[in-house]
Amino acid sequence: MSVVIAGAGMHPWGKWGRNFTEYGVHAARAALQDSGIAWADVDLVVGGETVRNGYAGYVAGSTFAQALGWNGARIATSYAACATGAQAIDTARARILAGLSEVALVVGADTTPKGFLAPNAGERWNDPDWLRFRLLGMTNPAYFALYARRRMDLYGATAEDFAQVKVKNARHGLENPYARFRKESSVEEVLASPMVSDPLHLLDICATSDGAAAVVLTSAEYAKRHGIASPVTVAAVSTVTPTFPNTVIDMPLLATDCSAVTGVPERTFKESIGQAAYDEAGVDPADVDVAEVYDLSTALELDWIEDLQLCKRGEAEALLRAGDTTLGGRIPVNPSGGLACFGEAVPAQAIAQVCELTWQLQGRAEGRQVEGARVGITANQGLFGHGSSVILTR
Amino acid sequence: MTPVIEGWFTTGEEPRLLASRCTACRNLVFPPVSSDAGAATFYCRNPACDGQEHDSVELSPRGTVWSYTDAQYQPPAPYLPAADPFQPFALAAVELPEGIVVLGQVADGFGVSDLRVGAQVELVIETLNVDETGERTIYRWKPVAA
Repeated sequence: MSVVIAGAGMHPWGKWGRNFTEYGVHAARAALQDSGIAWADVDLVVGGETVRNGYAGYVAGSTFAQALGWNGARIATSYAACATGAQAIDTARARILAGLSEVALVVGADTTPKGFLAPNAGERWNDPDWLRFRLLGMTNPAYFALYARRRMDLYGATAEDFAQVKVKNARHGLENPYARFRKESSVEEVLASPMVSDPLHLLDICATSDGAAAVVLTSAEYAKRHGIASPVTVAAVSTVTPTFPNTVIDMPLLATDCSAVTGVPERTFKESIGQAAYDEAGVDPADVDVAEVYDLSTALELDWIEDLQLCKRGEAEALLRAGDTTLGGRIPVNPSGGLACFGEAVPAQAIAQVCELTWQLQGRAEGRQVEGARVGITANQGLFGHGSSVILTR
Repeated sequence: MTPVIEGWFTTGEEPRLLASRCTACRNLVFPPVSSDAGAATFYCRNPACDGQEHDSVELSPRGTVWSYTDAQYQPPAPYLPAADPFQPFALAAVELPEGIVVLGQVADGFGVSDLRVGAQVELVIETLNVDETGERTIYRWKPVAA
């Protein structure tokens, strides 16, 4: 028994100023059309929920189901911050594996305001996400910058290395019809953009976007019975939490767990996310042909490459400089253009990564194709300990 | 002068951060367990421990920099800027001898050029902002000459 992706679809990302439902329905219809399955045959809808914006997002699953026209399907909604999409896919997959559903539609969509993401209004003196702003002025880019600065001091990374990630991803995204930013970038341009949080410049940090992504999941038998052409297999979905003690400072927290009593765990949280996916899929990191990782900042892409064991700790800059992570290289990373080209639309992004890998594995990623890709991995992490990694195979 | 938040740090000549320590396994937690939550509701975060009570203990005043950055743009609310126009400030994650990394702002007058992974810093108390009750204080990390 396995679960396959029968269809994938997106709404182009950008700042469109419309309701998130519209984007989600557009992506859902595109995914259904891609699969050749009628909406009436969908027996499960899973919505990726957004909490920060557009508060109808609190009931995302049913909002999409109603907008598509009630069809009596079972329903679920997932919230796991940036990992929401992976958790939604996992919910759909689990239900199919249990024999409770055959055809699931998973949708994530959002509208995001300009500027820094911030907590909702109100005073919450027990909420770490609120406290980090009030007491320290600790924004999301400040956390990304801590990781970037550590790479510089420990491994000799340079601001030019980080800019090169942007240059690479901007080039990857040029031909992607769903990408918001489709324009070449230069190292000079990145370094000349305003400093946000040292050492990260404005162009090192992903924007916030409106966007949507959807996939149709079915059992492998259903896909076969209905003659669905070249489905890709969902070989693993990792939704792990950290293992105590979590010793790497993690957004939005103000301190790590204490390691004095138990010692440091074998793997960091981010390392464990990928490892759980590899274990579940029975795939070795050396087997991976393409990766879509969460480049909230340019430097963070380098962290993920190591966390996914695509190279040893401290060697991601060397991989980048050698051109190994660009299209045509040994292990292309973010062929879609990544968040550098899309911007962040929280409940949609992890699904968008899976859409891209689906097209890559089907040989349909026109203008950005990783030739002969058979195994792809995504990586992402949601606020408050939500792991997210998906492995697709064909 | 009043701490911006109750029970997280002491003030005076030798200020200290306050952590909650499990009475069973001695695991430390910072920020400390909220006093309004009550000691009885504390379950030790160490999954191998079923402790439910804690003491308040002081953490070491000195640590080493795990990493650092700054805020060149004004953070959004609920951050309250101390000055108008906004003045950039630095931030550091500091590893304490107790095996815990604590984030904080860097002391007034110091920036990223004064910091380095592995550098020594010490705890100081400074003014975060001024509101209707007067000055509100916060703990900060001050670079220590090598």
